[in-house]
Amino acid sequence: MPEQITTVQAACPECDALIAFERPPLNGQVVRCTDCSVELEVTSINPIRLEVAPEVEEDWGE
Amino acid sequence: MRIALTHTRLRTEERLLLDSFEELGVSITPIDLRTVVFDPADPGEWTSYDVVIDRSVSLTASLVALRFLETFGVRCVNSRRAVEVCSDKLATTLALTRAGVPTPGVRVATDHESGLRAVEEIGYPAVLKPTVGSWGRLVARVNDRDAAEAVLEHRGALGSAQQGVFYVQEHVNKPGRDVRVFVIGGEPIAAITRSSTHWVTNTARGAVADGLEITPELRSICARAAAAVGAEVVAVDVLECPERGLLVNELNHSMEFRNSITTTGVNIPEHVARHVMRTTGGTIARRLTTIREGATA
Repeated sequence: MPEQITTVQAACPECDALIAFERPPLNGQVVRCTDCSVELEVTSINPIRLEVAPEVEEDWGE
Repeated sequence: MRIALTHTRLRTEERLLLDSFEELGVSITPIDLRTVVFDPADPGEWTSYDVVIDRSVSLTASLVALRFLETFGVRCVNSRRAVEVCSDKLATTLALTRAGVPTPGVRVATDHESGLRAVEEIGYPAVLKPTVGSWGRLVARVNDRDAAEAVLEHRGALGSAQQGVFYVQEHVNKPGRDVRVFVIGGEPIAAITRSSTHWVTNTARGAVADGLEITPELRSICARAAAAVGAEVVAVDVLECPERGLLVNELNHSMEFRNSITTTGVNIPEHVARHVMRTTGGTIARRLTTIREGATA
């Protein structure tokens, strides 16, 4: 029996485009909307919820 | 074996690291530092971890966690000392200079007038950088005294005490690119060049990355630089100076590598995982895997 693939989807809070996750998302994961390019953060996985990711702060870096 | 990966956002790099540990048969727990309350009298669950991998994009959150964890004897990669040295350009310069690792000339001042003298001592063009910061933010090349005065005044007006430290670096006339070398456990494992028509050759600013063979000279200087700052996992940025040869510009303790895996053909996160396992006494369940194709959402 072929493996069933379930794709998690959520709407971009900026432009409402549908964002599909190939793998189960994790809390805190950062993704980019392919339609409007805004950076989003997964703030809940059950139910899936996306929010605009925080802006870069002064002490952020590599 | 219990391993945690601390973060403030899970980027592609953190997911690749989590995957690498899991592919080696090791359970790893991601912990968002934004959700954590530390009790200085009780380490709680933290001491049950054999090692904590720090991947916080926020330096402040990193240092809070590392100070807490190391106080309770939890092994951290990188260590607090390494993060403190790598995250501060002055501390990096001091460590490299003391270790005899070639690095661009630097002057540091904490006042507008002495800042101007620092620039004049370095000579024009000079590069002004914040001591803390990344991705080329607020880095400025000044070609004359008028520009230096303007940049110093603007820095002072930013209102942040940190911006009142004027770190002035010699401008290196590099050949349109710089070199980044990934050093894991003291061993340079992969290198890229970052090329740009702009003098700032940072991929966050649009530079293009290509793979680079690691020469013995590059291997030596990068291994010495990583040792000088005490970093186990680090990206060493190197400038090719036409007059002085290779110069270590800076080191990145929480390096980004998503675009360097396919570029170099080296599975960087797996090297990190293997190093951590090897040095923490863990058992690796699987053999080296093939290189994954780049980033995933």
